[in-house]
Amino acid sequence: MELDPLLLSRLQFAFVVCFHAIFPVFTIGLATFIAFLEMLAFRTGNPAWSRLSQFWIQVFAVAFAMGVVSGIVMSFQFGTNWSNFSYAAANFIGPLLSYEVVTAFFLEAAFLGVLLFGRNKVPPGMHLFAACMVALGTFISSFWILAANSWMHTPEGTELVDGIFGVTSWGQAIFNPSFPYRFTHMVLASFLTGSFVVAGVSAWYLLTGREVDANRRALSMCLWLILIGAPAQAVIGDFHGLNTMEHQPIKIAAMEGNWETTRGMPLLLFAIPDQEAERNHMEVGIPRLGSLILTHDWDGEVLGLKEVAPEERPPVWIVFWAFRIMVGIGMLMIGCALVGLLLRRGGRYWQQPVFLNVLRLMAFTPFVAVLCGWVVTEVGRFPWVVYGQMSHSEGLTPSLTGGMVLFTLIGYVLVYAVIFSAGIYYLMRVLRAGIESIDWPEEVHDIERPKRPLSASHVSIEEGGHGHARH
Amino acid sequence: MHGIDLTIIWAIIIAFGIMMYVLMDGFDLGVGILFPFAPDEDARDVMMNSVAPVWDGNETWLILGGAGLLAAFPLVYSVLLPALYIGVFLMLAGLIFRGVAFEFRFKAERSRNLWNWAFAGGSMVAAFAQGAVVGAYIEGFNTVDGRYVGGPLDWLSPFTVLTGLGLVAGYALLGSTWLVLKTEGYIQQWVRRLAPWLLLVVLGVFAAVSVWTPLVDPSAFERWFSVIRLIWVFPVLALLSAWLVWRGVRRQHHATPFMATMAMFAFTYFGLLVTKWPYVVPPNYTLWDAASAPGSQLFLLIGVLFVIPVILAYTAWTYWVFRGKVRAGEGYH
Repeated sequence: MELDPLLLSRLQFAFVVCFHAIFPVFTIGLATFIAFLEMLAFRTGNPAWSRLSQFWIQVFAVAFAMGVVSGIVMSFQFGTNWSNFSYAAANFIGPLLSYEVVTAFFLEAAFLGVLLFGRNKVPPGMHLFAACMVALGTFISSFWILAANSWMHTPEGTELVDGIFGVTSWGQAIFNPSFPYRFTHMVLASFLTGSFVVAGVSAWYLLTGREVDANRRALSMCLWLILIGAPAQAVIGDFHGLNTMEHQPIKIAAMEGNWETTRGMPLLLFAIPDQEAERNHMEVGIPRLGSLILTHDWDGEVLGLKEVAPEERPPVWIVFWAFRIMVGIGMLMIGCALVGLLLRRGGRYWQQPVFLNVLRLMAFTPFVAVLCGWVVTEVGRFPWVVYGQMSHSEGLTPSLTGGMVLFTLIGYVLVYAVIFSAGIYYLMRVLRAGIESIDWPEEVHDIERPKRPLSASHVSIEEGGHGHARH
Repeated sequence: MHGIDLTIIWAIIIAFGIMMYVLMDGFDLGVGILFPFAPDEDARDVMMNSVAPVWDGNETWLILGGAGLLAAFPLVYSVLLPALYIGVFLMLAGLIFRGVAFEFRFKAERSRNLWNWAFAGGSMVAAFAQGAVVGAYIEGFNTVDGRYVGGPLDWLSPFTVLTGLGLVAGYALLGSTWLVLKTEGYIQQWVRRLAPWLLLVVLGVFAAVSVWTPLVDPSAFERWFSVIRLIWVFPVLALLSAWLVWRGVRRQHHATPFMATMAMFAFTYFGLLVTKWPYVVPPNYTLWDAASAPGSQLFLLIGVLFVIPVILAYTAWTYWVFRGKVRAGEGYH
């Protein structure tokens, strides 16, 4: 069998970027949560808030370090596998990615150190300020990345001359048509991810009766955030979808499994799309609801996949099902938020064991939803790397062979498997140690540096290491 | 552009960034390379603690260099990375392994040996890959119309293996003289014995590369031997620095060997730059061929001119805070 460097490169990029995305999506939300906690601690003086903040800062440090490590690989992927794209788009993509590096560095050097290690060394107001700046910094970082990514979906403010994109308007290129929707959708996704992880972990502690006062507060706060965030995400998602329909109608057709251009399109709940036969099997749908959602009109016209040649259609089943998983998880989130609201009467939200167990399991779902969302948008733009202007095959490194990419793909899988199982294992140990661990005597005097965020945590990687009693 | 050539400014920024990277990550990679040969586990603790506060900031230069190349010299980025595909992967894998090993070794007791090996192995692989990249750069790249058209292993030749091993020895030398500066007692005695041998190996590779380069690259021959020029000052200064390293180690100085090793690296680097100037993708493309649009260079320049002083200040502050000797069993772990 001939190994296809294009397919393997796409797989490699998807693998590396998915592994990377898990961490920033969590840390962006968590950074804001920590800033909230710091603000509450500052204003009320209640030690429960600062205990919570101290604990979650440790978790933040580990996840942040993992994000940085996996990000290093990203900055080289563009050149190694997509050199034609890099060369053509460098005038725009280059400065944006560099600004992300610059922002991240500035954030780490100036504020992360104060947040991680400065609690007893700077005035409380300055510590709060550092927490806010770290949160702001994570947003600015994602601003640059999402601006670059959105431009690849809806390229504007640039002109393709002799195979090279020149920037005609930085404003138009950065604030391109899909950017505001994608950015808001992603920021809300980060909030929800942070909230569900904190809620799930707090629920787990509450089930075992650990640090009840602090964890009850954390859970309550997260449930309020989810109550606002989850429905808002559905609304933003709808706007994002309408924007996609305007600029990338074929992606919408794949998301809906819609082959023919029709009026009054049904909303499919279940189907098995068949790329070869150009139809779906075993369709279950609600009549006309699809048209209503997409065009806000029962009889609105929706373009079908057959509008473009078969080789310009994305793999439908991937986009179709990834979209359904994402939306399904979103619905579950809204459900959790409403049940949480009902259980507030009589304070049952932190005592009801079934609800707490559901929240514990829900902690993993935001990551699945985020990755599925990215699969929808990235697979859905097939076959374009810069939508309508440069295809994947045009963007690929011409000298690549299938064997080379297979070698590095296996290599990255192995490296990430080793490194991240260690990282996640360690993260689990920090979570298991719990809030109580901030009272442990600091026998380990690490060299605490902002650019070494992992030094913020003093939990041993092994059972019973450093003589810390397990609780 | 108003009489200012942004391309030249960017060339200086990137060249400076690469030099900072080589000098700073060089010594901490070197400490990793020396790791398996340390006299005992206490010595390894001290070695690691000597670089712990600074190694992280050192790699900032690598990321900034990668992103800066894409923004300012996209042709370099889009030819070198495909040409060095496998080498870049090995380097990244090595750097990730050693970075994570570094963090987890501090938090481990029983699995410590495993992290020791990951740290040493990662450092060696990364150093070798970087050295091979330098060799491949000297040899030049096979391009047509600004695209790399060579094979996946063109970067691996007898010449690049030599430069790869040379840089492993060079980083080990930087690491050993760094440890002369930062340690005392039996650890310092160990690296003092080691440094002259490493210096000898480095000088051997230096001589071989200097003879070999004009043979693989005719334009280098032209540049160095057609007329005797001012550029001969660089190899002379590099050799003078090497002598200072040797003398510093012999006379039991603490700081001179490290300073002189850094100078030796810097002068060798300048020598390499003038050999290739103004070509950035040898043998075909100059700085100006490889540059991005002036608007893009300017857009990023604003941010970079703001952040480079911050990076330098942060770096200087870190080294200042952690100045002085690192002692066994003291404080850190």
